[in-house]
Amino acid sequence: MNAVLEANGLGKRYGRRWALSECTLAIPPGQVVGLVGPNGAGKSTLLQLAVGLLAPTAGTIRVLGDRPAASPEHLGRVGFVAQDTPVYESLSVADHLRVGAWLNPGWDRDLAQRRIDQLGLDPAQRAGKLSGGQRAQLALTLAIAKRPEFLILDEPVASLDPLARRQFLQGLMETVAEHGVSVVLSSHLVADIERVCDYLVVLVASRVQIAGPIDDLLASHFRLTGPRRDLNTLPASQEIIESSQTDRQSTLLVRTDGPIVDPAWTVEQLDLEDLVLAYMGRAAAGERARPRIVEVH
Amino acid sequence: MIRLTWLQFRVQALIAVVAMAITALVLAVTGARLAHLYSTSVATCTVQGDCDTATNAFRLHDQFLQNMLGPLLLVVPGLIGIFWGAPLIAREVQAGTFRLAWTQSVSRRRWLAVKLGSLGLASAIVAGLLSLIVTWWFSPLDRVNANRFSPGVFDERGIVIIGYAVFAFVLGVTAGVLLRRTLPAMAMSLALFVGVRLAVTYLIRPHLVSPAHTSVPVTSATGLGFGSSGSSGVVTFIAKTPRIPNAWVISSQIVEKSGHLASTAVLHQFLMTACPDIANQQAGANQGTFGACVAKVSANYHLVLAYQPANRYWTFQWYETAIFVFLAFALAGLCFWWVSNRLT
Repeated sequence: MNAVLEANGLGKRYGRRWALSECTLAIPPGQVVGLVGPNGAGKSTLLQLAVGLLAPTAGTIRVLGDRPAASPEHLGRVGFVAQDTPVYESLSVADHLRVGAWLNPGWDRDLAQRRIDQLGLDPAQRAGKLSGGQRAQLALTLAIAKRPEFLILDEPVASLDPLARRQFLQGLMETVAEHGVSVVLSSHLVADIERVCDYLVVLVASRVQIAGPIDDLLASHFRLTGPRRDLNTLPASQEIIESSQTDRQSTLLVRTDGPIVDPAWTVEQLDLEDLVLAYMGRAAAGERARPRIVEVH
Repeated sequence: MIRLTWLQFRVQALIAVVAMAITALVLAVTGARLAHLYSTSVATCTVQGDCDTATNAFRLHDQFLQNMLGPLLLVVPGLIGIFWGAPLIAREVQAGTFRLAWTQSVSRRRWLAVKLGSLGLASAIVAGLLSLIVTWWFSPLDRVNANRFSPGVFDERGIVIIGYAVFAFVLGVTAGVLLRRTLPAMAMSLALFVGVRLAVTYLIRPHLVSPAHTSVPVTSATGLGFGSSGSSGVVTFIAKTPRIPNAWVISSQIVEKSGHLASTAVLHQFLMTACPDIANQQAGANQGTFGACVAKVSANYHLVLAYQPANRYWTFQWYETAIFVFLAFALAGLCFWWVSNRLT
């Protein structure tokens, strides 16, 4: 597995506060990776480290096998849409496309023009007058039209209304389908991730709580409900992520690769939101289990 | 990168070009009139026999413009620092657009190099052209005033303006890089610019080249007299600093024939013996005794001047320009380091 993004003991400190510490993760290529976590988990810091806007205080990070922003050529291989999708307010949409062409040798003029046409953006319109959704689309166009191998999006839809959000993610999906780029998309909303991503990384307090293909994650996590029982009697292959016990009943959220054979349990599938919340809840409870990486099969 | 720089700079550039054009037009019309006036009045005054009246009348022409142009050249470098320098990077940081700019296929160093280089060059050109026009406009007046070393003349003509402008620009950029906000950066760069300009004018410029010395008769000073000077309270001989056209006279001291500095006590002693009426401040002193006493003083004492001769003017202009350009490069180095390693 040749990771597009590989972090090892990565940390970033502002003054005394660590925005990210001891973060270790690997993101496989050819995937649309959703990076979820509560606010302040270090998602944005991690992504800015990945594009070289920030320099690490500790540890290492490699993107496409090299230091982030190692060279202009390397910068050209990574596309980035920053949080709040900044654009130059005083420049027009057409100006932005021109700037993109000037600054990126691999610029795909047709692609950019086609996207602007599809979106119905007026090329003469100043970027400052665009709606939030249009601005995000313009920022995405700039990132896509440089034809990167790896696209990094930092909460691109956080401030958009549901319709604009849907359109943005749709545009992203089309690009992925057309050009097969690897994508990392951060969000604190699981619904967005579920819509577009096929790989999930849950980051809480700088730590990767779980990472893996979403299908595999869903296939290996179950909610078990049954008569109250001692949790130590569970098979070793079943890891408890979350448990709640009443006098008579146990409800468990377990991760297991094998089938659940115990007939005492009522077994339910989880949806992605339950799964993410369970891992976030576990991390919040201070149960710092070792990060678990599910291999891509 | 040049094209992006131009795209972002074009409005400011347009404002500068329009302002320069208006200034140049006004100065071309009035300056030609002034030059004509000079050649018809002052230049021919010896023929007409009354040079004082001609020069004094000439000095009063275009008073308004004279009063405006000096400050204009003081202010323009400051404005360049505030409106071109300070926002250059601070605005990108504030709006978050640096995240867009620095993730294109252009290294951060090159981005900064092109921006600093091209706008720094633009600052130099604007300042140079403006100084050229103003220096030309003032040239007849400067010929009459013969004071090109004075503060307010020296630093409002010639090539130093270019040094000031380039320095102010880079200072603004640096303030923006360090403070990350446009308005505080504007305020800080202006305050620092004024501070550095004052410091160079009054603390460094006098020491750039060690002064030349010359001795002149005490009577070459215009203000001569007798009176008590300093804390001693005794009567002594007083000679004001004489003027040398276009030179910068730094100090003037009364010296004995032997070459020793004449102290107040020595001078007083000399007056007590040479002209006791004056030394004792007696009422009998009149024009005759005054003239006789001055003659006695000038026979025994002379003035030694420490001064920068007029022909060192361009040496000083180059030195001062070099100081500011050097400071600008040092700050640019700081900008590069900060943008590469510390910003964000």
